[in-house]
Amino acid sequence: MSGSATMKRVEVIKESRRPTAWQLLMNNTLAAIGFYLICAVILVAVAAPLLPIPNPDATSLAERFLPFGSPGHLLGTDHLGRDVLARLIWGTQVSLLVGISASVIAAFFGSAIGLVSGYAGGRTDNLMMRGIDMLMAFPYILLALAIVAVLGPGLMNALYAISVVNIPFFARNIRGITIGLSHREFVDAARLSGKGHLSIILTEILPNVLPVIVITMSTTVGWMILETAGLSFLGLGAQPPQADLGSMLGEARTQMFTHPFVATAPGLMVFIIVMSINLLGDGVRDALDPRLRAGALSRPRAVTRIERRDTPTAQPAGGAALNVVELETSFEGTKGPEPAVKGVSFSLSKGECLGLIGESGSGKSVTALSLLGLVASPPGIITGGRVDIDGEDILSMPETKITSYRGGKVAYVFQDPLTTLHPLFTIGDQVAEAIRVHQPVSQTEARAKAVELFKAVRLPDPEQRSSAYPHELSGGQRQRVGIAMALANDPDIIIADEPTTALDVTVQAEILRLLQVLREERGLALLFITHDFGVVAQICDKVAVMRYGKIVEAGATSEVLRNPQHDYTKRLIACVPKPGQGRAFLEGVRALLDREARGRA
Amino acid sequence: MEKAIEVTNLVKTFGGKRTLFGGRTHEVQAVRNVTLALEQGETLAIVGESGSGKSTLARMVVGLEAPTSGEMKIAGRAWHDLAADGVRAFGNMIQYVFQDPVASLNPRKTIGQTLDAPLRLLKGYDDAKRKSRMKDLFDAVQMPADTHQRYPHEFSGGQAQRIAIARALAAEPRIMVLDEPVSALDVSVQAQVLVLLEDLKKEFDLSYLFISHDLAVVESISDRVAVMYFGEVVELGSAEQLFSAPEHDYTKRLISSAPRL
Repeated sequence: MSGSATMKRVEVIKESRRPTAWQLLMNNTLAAIGFYLICAVILVAVAAPLLPIPNPDATSLAERFLPFGSPGHLLGTDHLGRDVLARLIWGTQVSLLVGISASVIAAFFGSAIGLVSGYAGGRTDNLMMRGIDMLMAFPYILLALAIVAVLGPGLMNALYAISVVNIPFFARNIRGITIGLSHREFVDAARLSGKGHLSIILTEILPNVLPVIVITMSTTVGWMILETAGLSFLGLGAQPPQADLGSMLGEARTQMFTHPFVATAPGLMVFIIVMSINLLGDGVRDALDPRLRAGALSRPRAVTRIERRDTPTAQPAGGAALNVVELETSFEGTKGPEPAVKGVSFSLSKGECLGLIGESGSGKSVTALSLLGLVASPPGIITGGRVDIDGEDILSMPETKITSYRGGKVAYVFQDPLTTLHPLFTIGDQVAEAIRVHQPVSQTEARAKAVELFKAVRLPDPEQRSSAYPHELSGGQRQRVGIAMALANDPDIIIADEPTTALDVTVQAEILRLLQVLREERGLALLFITHDFGVVAQICDKVAVMRYGKIVEAGATSEVLRNPQHDYTKRLIACVPKPGQGRAFLEGVRALLDREARGRA
Repeated sequence: MEKAIEVTNLVKTFGGKRTLFGGRTHEVQAVRNVTLALEQGETLAIVGESGSGKSTLARMVVGLEAPTSGEMKIAGRAWHDLAADGVRAFGNMIQYVFQDPVASLNPRKTIGQTLDAPLRLLKGYDDAKRKSRMKDLFDAVQMPADTHQRYPHEFSGGQAQRIAIARALAAEPRIMVLDEPVSALDVSVQAQVLVLLEDLKKEFDLSYLFISHDLAVVESISDRVAVMYFGEVVELGSAEQLFSAPEHDYTKRLISSAPRL
């Protein structure tokens, strides 16, 4: 029984391993169909000289308009008695060749323009982009016609026309990405390494843009083939007797009503090629997009998946507002779920502040997010433990009840309010919305309450400011709004995840003071997540030190700071420079590092 | 003795350009009339909050940004002469270490390729010499020798910052501008990198312009400190003096706001 259960678990995990780009592509049924179809078409087209098919240009007026399935002419013959199958295969070869070369040429020139324009910026960018805009302002077929009219009809000229018409598409796309990249620090660093502009574009920026170029090409090849066929259909591309899909359709047009089958074969072939390339192109785009690869393809669930092996029995709550027992949260990895939080227990009483301190990767944020099932799932799974709020296990509650706790009984304050506030709504509306989600009040009442909250968090000028947008506020003011939103529904517990890390020291001091005051006024229980011992010393009653997903030491803040027991805590405290310590700090660290090196040896 | 960096009445204004219809765009004075000097072998810290203009000042000193007005001398040479000679002239004398070490390394290049550029372009070393220098540099920043064949994402923040420091050292500069070099790092890693910077300074006889918002860090590594506020240097003095007896109101506020253990 239990054996089969574990088997099932293992299977689930196997399925959810992070797949390679190729696996992702093949998992996408449509893309896989597209891939095999286009491979088959290309294979047949390339093998044209080897296939036992008649000469595509050999006319035989005696055998005009033979229908499908005629002996020797599987797809019949056209108005000059030429074998349609042979012409179809040779024509496909020509169309593919033209379409692919056109997109390579367009990609080359378009990307070059985009790279230079995005990198140079300013006047160069302006000039080049206005030129591109002019190209784009013409309907593409008119532009192509004009180019062919100047150069004269012919397959090569059609190829040039199609390439030119598609340059703006690449130029615009690549310019957008280049602008973002050319202000990145690694470009500045390369400049200081002595690299010139050309060298920076080719060796620093191009490698980062290349995947986008490939993706854009894969999605445009189909379109280019269609455009080539269009020009040939109009008699401006391939010249008789050369066969290409467009010219075959063009020649068959006059017999459309008497002998429709002549047009059917090339029409279907164009359809198959373009469809399969587009399906494959979409698949390639999805597979190469790193966000989709990381599992974003599946929308995260409302609540983290909970698969607890065993649930610890309830402990006497003892007045604790929040009681966490043996919490374990894992992430799906290549070798099955890897726990990031490994059995964390702590409790938090009303009006108390607990600092959860640790370095990056210690699991402190995952712990905080797990409390209300906010870890993105996939890849997160809560694999054990319980979280009691007012003596009830949150993790056994139905989803809707867990969601009602969020922002209600328990509220979060995050590191950077600019990313958590919606940029297009005023802060007053956003706080009012947070109120109305949990309370049956009217819009005006909610707005009034929002202003009150802004007063409570000492936002200057609360009435006027409530109609301001997030970007109009300073970092400290935005964090005050974040706190106001957390207070919206009179929560019992506030979980603050590095709420002052992004702020300047003077602003940080103000925000900490505010949190302290609110905690006393409202009897809030505060779970404060930070990496800064200085902040913990200032605000927290108790502290728990986390490392590698475990709490290594916990106790009253003053006690832990004065007399740390665990080596890791000692080390952390020793590594924080103290004001007034001056150069003695580095001496101390040096001695510590030497001791550690000796200890290892 | 010749000063490593000498900045006189430096001003940098962003915006304020004339628009198509004769108006002017919004103007921001990032650096206002700054005068300071970095002595040879000294560590001068510049502290200030976000938007105080400290990074703009640093970027101008290394030639990544052009000043609106004012004079700068790098190791006795006028800034404008260096600018006329191109980026390489700057790169040989002064190097820059960025705040975010991971962002300052190209994600699609191996560390070896990244480090190769200054050795080849600025120093003009041949293949064998480049290889041996790279090994020395990895030794100097305490990274394993096989670092050169790896990509940036394979390293933690602290390791990436060591690599970024190695890249800056590759040019064998006499002056380094360190723009918040430890702010993005965990405390224990931060302490290690500070010790490393201190050691490298002695070993290679460097002068540091150390930009930071963290007073405690500044105090532990710098000889003198300049406090910037809204683009101006409001106070400048030796580290001990400034921290024990701050004069300007803003400096006082900054010191009293710093969290204490």
